[in-house]
Amino acid sequence: MRWRKHTNQITGFLVVLPSIVLIGVFVYGFIGRAIWVSLTDWGKDPSQALALKPVTRFIGLENYRELFTGLIDARFRQDMVSTVFFTLFFLAGCLLLGLLLAIVIDHKPRGEGFFRGVFLFPFALSFVVTGTIWRWLLQPGGGVNVLPTLVGLPPARFAWLTSRTQVWRFDWNHLPVIVGLIAAAVLAGLAVAARRAGRRRRAVVTALAGAAALGLAIGVAPGWRPLPYPEPHGFNLAFVGIILAAVWQMAGYTMALYLAGLTGIPEELREAAVVEGANEWQLYTRIILPMMAPITLSATIVLGHISLKIFDLVFAMAGPDNSWTDVPALLMFITTFRGNQFAKGAAIGVILLLLVALIIVPYLRSQLREGARE
Amino acid sequence: MTVSGKSAGGRWRWLMYLVLCLAASFFLMPVYMMVVTALKDPAEISLDTAWQLPSVWNWASFADAWSAFAPKLRNSLVLTITASAASALLGSLNGYVFAKWPFRGAKVVFALILFGMFIPYQAILIPLFGFIRAIGLYGTIWGLVVVHTVYGLPITTLIFRNYYMDIPNSLIEASALEGAGFFAIYRYVVFPLSLPGFVVVIIWQFTQIWNEFLFAVSLSNPASQPITVALAQLAGGEAVRWNLPMAGALLAALPTLLVYIVFGRYFVRGLLAGSVKG
Repeated sequence: MRWRKHTNQITGFLVVLPSIVLIGVFVYGFIGRAIWVSLTDWGKDPSQALALKPVTRFIGLENYRELFTGLIDARFRQDMVSTVFFTLFFLAGCLLLGLLLAIVIDHKPRGEGFFRGVFLFPFALSFVVTGTIWRWLLQPGGGVNVLPTLVGLPPARFAWLTSRTQVWRFDWNHLPVIVGLIAAAVLAGLAVAARRAGRRRRAVVTALAGAAALGLAIGVAPGWRPLPYPEPHGFNLAFVGIILAAVWQMAGYTMALYLAGLTGIPEELREAAVVEGANEWQLYTRIILPMMAPITLSATIVLGHISLKIFDLVFAMAGPDNSWTDVPALLMFITTFRGNQFAKGAAIGVILLLLVALIIVPYLRSQLREGARE
Repeated sequence: MTVSGKSAGGRWRWLMYLVLCLAASFFLMPVYMMVVTALKDPAEISLDTAWQLPSVWNWASFADAWSAFAPKLRNSLVLTITASAASALLGSLNGYVFAKWPFRGAKVVFALILFGMFIPYQAILIPLFGFIRAIGLYGTIWGLVVVHTVYGLPITTLIFRNYYMDIPNSLIEASALEGAGFFAIYRYVVFPLSLPGFVVVIIWQFTQIWNEFLFAVSLSNPASQPITVALAQLAGGEAVRWNLPMAGALLAALPTLLVYIVFGRYFVRGLLAGSVKG
């Protein structure tokens, strides 16, 4: 019988083999190839860019250096800043609205099924459809801006997708300091969490790393200026409308995740808390919300990686050529297919991949480990 | 306090309904706008009166959008059905192996396959473009079918693997004792139990592939364009007559909306599986 099991496992391996090969080529092979392309000068010489067998040279990390510190690639740096702001507001919007809707739906109102359906249906739509509709809603002289007139107020005047206003500006040269400080704060938070969980060694290690980050941020980073001139970047208000549309599309998804968690909480637990004298507010803040922490983490990771990759929504809402609403995923597309700057496009793609891997790899590891323990 | 934790007291119930109604109008407002604008005569569309109902119902928008979009809808349909079916079938076999016959190193392989579902496709777009062109499938629907089948494998494998984990091992072992081999067990034990799994996976893949844009815009030409590309081009042009893109958006949204309305329960299951572990 053992021999039998063994043959079946071999058969199983052979059955999975085509998929392994396909994923090996299409995911890992292509990633490797893209990394290689990003280290060449493919596209720098226009005569070679579209050649069938382009002659390219290996130029090391030059493309990456240009993206982060080169004169001509300021647009990429603004796009990185825009993505960070977009992600923060998109996450906050989805999590807060999703949680609120889930709590309300969990109270079993009349028409529960109808409301749940209404909140979740945008998730079934294409970002292109969402973008097309919201593009029309956010036209400068109409749609959302004339909504106040329905109740007798003057119309709003906000130029949703074409605003040129930038707020919370900072000099790109201060980025090393800012990143160092944020890293120190995050590590400090992790250290406190580890200490609370009773894992002393981990707490000490993270605390030391945090102190090191703080030291680098204060001691070394101010002396390192990536650019020879100040270059201000900030949050483009033209993104507000895109964030609104993105939250419209994904808040229902977040609600569904929370709802799955809320329905999993046994009724006895709620009843016990109420018997103990907890009111509704305490029931949620003390018992239910802490139990939702793993879901918040999952939702943050899934939404966060969608946000880093956001492309179609921006394309459909503001067009590919509006530099005030640009993101790296879109810039990669334009750089590659409009500008024929293949190596630089590949470099932007690889940077996106690194950002996503930074949050996905630890998440996958912990998820699969948890799964194995069950 | 007489109420249990779950049913809020009467005092707060009005607040709950207020939240529900406000949220519902936020979610339905764009739909209203889409339908109303689609039904207006182009001459009647102006920003100040955008919210008003049309004075004359202009059904011609849909006829126009239909004649412009029918070939693209056909492309999307062929692409979506083929790639959903192919990735579901492969995913089912993979899931069966990972759940019931894990070979040595299967865990690592599974994790490596899963990672494929999270990568930003911009990272592989240039080599993919070159590859699809090299095998002569650039600008065809079949190029997109291959791409969506391959990049669909991680999620379909994941959903089926988790689904098959719930089939008792004793059932598999009993069949093996009776002399059934690898494929016989799949054919007569696992596959017949798979219907709900296939529904979840196919609905999920259908929605994802129908709605996808990046591959569609990079790898198709006007003849093989899926609907999302055509819609983005129509709405992105200068001096748009907005009734047409709105009617087009409705046409593009209809298939996935129907799937959502009819199979809502399975749709949510796929959605939950997408966050990796059930």
